[in-house]
Amino acid sequence: MAAAPHTPVDISGAMIEVPVAAHDWLIIAPVVLPILAGALLLMLRKNTGWQAVLANTVLGILLVCCAGLLDLVWNEGPQTMTMGRWLPPFGISFSVDLTGAILALTGSFVAFACGIYAANDIDQTRLRYGFYSFLMLMVAGVNGAFLTGDVFNLYVWFEVLLISSFGLIILGSERAQLDGALKYAFLNLIATTLFLIATGYLYGTFGTLNMADITRKISTMPDSGPVMTIAALYLFAFAMKAAAFPLNFWLPSSYHTPRLVVSALFAGLLTKVGIYALLRVMVMIFAAERAELAFIIAVIAAATMIFGVLGALAQSDIRRLMGFLVVSGIGSMLAGIALSGELGLSGTLFYAVHSMVVMAGLYLAAGIIVRTSGEHDMRKLGGHYSASPLFAAGFVVLALAVSGLPPFSGFWPKLMIVRGAIAGGAEWLAAAILLTGLLTSIAIVRVWAFAFWRGGPEGARDGAESWKLTPIAENAALPIHASFALLVVASLWLGLFPETLASAVLDAARGLANPDGYIGSVFGDVQ
Amino acid sequence: MNTIIFRTVAPYLTSLMVLFSIFVLLRGHNEPGGGFIGGLIAASAFAIYGIACGVQPVRRALYFHPMTLAGFGLFIAALAGFPSIIAEVPFLTGLWIFPKIGQVELALSTPLVFDIGVYFVVVGAITSIALALEERETN
Repeated sequence: MAAAPHTPVDISGAMIEVPVAAHDWLIIAPVVLPILAGALLLMLRKNTGWQAVLANTVLGILLVCCAGLLDLVWNEGPQTMTMGRWLPPFGISFSVDLTGAILALTGSFVAFACGIYAANDIDQTRLRYGFYSFLMLMVAGVNGAFLTGDVFNLYVWFEVLLISSFGLIILGSERAQLDGALKYAFLNLIATTLFLIATGYLYGTFGTLNMADITRKISTMPDSGPVMTIAALYLFAFAMKAAAFPLNFWLPSSYHTPRLVVSALFAGLLTKVGIYALLRVMVMIFAAERAELAFIIAVIAAATMIFGVLGALAQSDIRRLMGFLVVSGIGSMLAGIALSGELGLSGTLFYAVHSMVVMAGLYLAAGIIVRTSGEHDMRKLGGHYSASPLFAAGFVVLALAVSGLPPFSGFWPKLMIVRGAIAGGAEWLAAAILLTGLLTSIAIVRVWAFAFWRGGPEGARDGAESWKLTPIAENAALPIHASFALLVVASLWLGLFPETLASAVLDAARGLANPDGYIGSVFGDVQ
Repeated sequence: MNTIIFRTVAPYLTSLMVLFSIFVLLRGHNEPGGGFIGGLIAASAFAIYGIACGVQPVRRALYFHPMTLAGFGLFIAALAGFPSIIAEVPFLTGLWIFPKIGQVELALSTPLVFDIGVYFVVVGAITSIALALEERETN
């Protein structure tokens, strides 16, 4: 065994011989960095003082890496690194195209903002139980899902992020949390099992799990029956993970139970991984099958957004209300996937970016409201405008963005999807999106009117002096408000200057519809 | 299980099993064995010690909290991919060196480091679960 390296062997048929340039490490950095940091934080669990500092430093570095990766992919096209030097499709590839890079950057940004918020929100006990380790490993899982180019590997990253999110959701072990976690875990495990079964069929049918390899082989399949079955299974599994109607009830019944910063992370990252998986698997790989299923997806999309927002209208608990708004947003993204085409896909991607930032921001706003007033029932809220007009202004920006009013960030993706729907002859879907926009603005303006606009809770007289909010302690107030402001500014920027993202998502949508560049980055352009 | 025979034998059994787990870990690269199965053997060794003598002696003997061991394992397993930077090959490529110590040629590699990482993750995670369950039983 020791003699092996001394005999020259021709490895060019099995292994990659091109040296890996330093910038190629950006492909793997968004996954490896948080894993390393998560492991380190797990070892240093007892040093609670260091946890937040270390985690937020790494999240900051991660943000820079993801920005570098996006820059690389935007300028030079999709990038691939295949682990362990084995030639694809035998080695596991990480293939990054614009879709993955944009979402990874947005996800890291949201995680960074939530990490800063959490530094002053998570108590000693939760820190000792590994809040930041779970956070880092979840970020690793999310980034891994966005960047991997292998279907089974996608499953593994789903497991990583799911297990970490189980940890986050039960931190604190309150009765309501365990109840929420049970629903969350059970429904997600069913979806993951279906995902695994579908992947088994996929491997049996194609003999490969590399996404690029499947994409180029799928057109040569003589029999479309099994492929259709696999596509339908994937649609079911991912739609369940993304909380699409009628399998959306797990989300509003679990997202309100943990600390609100954890809900913000979940709302910002997790359901969008489901949408990303749909984009990658249904749009890029099973393009023909998606076209067959388009009408079903469109009906699911319309039902998801309408029932989501109706649920939000019925709620008086602001935490649950936000959960229903997340579901409603998933409906709009599904509508874009159903329509497909440049407008639909770029609309979905833009909406995903917008929704990650805005929903995380709204949950953080709910966190600040709960922290200053100790209440999450709208009937018992009030006076937040007079307590802090600046915070109220930030909330208005996010509220108008989530309703999709111009010139805020939710307007542009809805415009793209509505235009796509009308161009595609699905006027009823456009009408559903517009109706949802109207109902969403009613739902979120109720929060504004109850929590911010009026002077005090139900029964309090206007201008009553007795109603006082407890302001956040001086040293904690700045980072908490800064992390909220970070998300508000990002949402404002997306709304006022949408050109950069609009052109990026258009390129990304073209890459999904015509994945030659993606396949070329894995197998070399010769094939 | 508070029998004197078991309590007398358990420490010897535990040390034998830990020794055997390291042997299984190291032979794992070319023969059956490896980090995962080695880790399971070591974890069952600690579980046996815990059943015989109680959970506290195990925690004292381990010195580090089992979860810390798991974190350490994850850390070095991830680190095992980084020598690839210097060799200009993709992440997690197996790299080998063969230093000679006297007459013995050692085969050291990054897969070995990775496997040791897996060993610690398994030992840490399974021991942590086993001790928590045993603690619940004795209370």
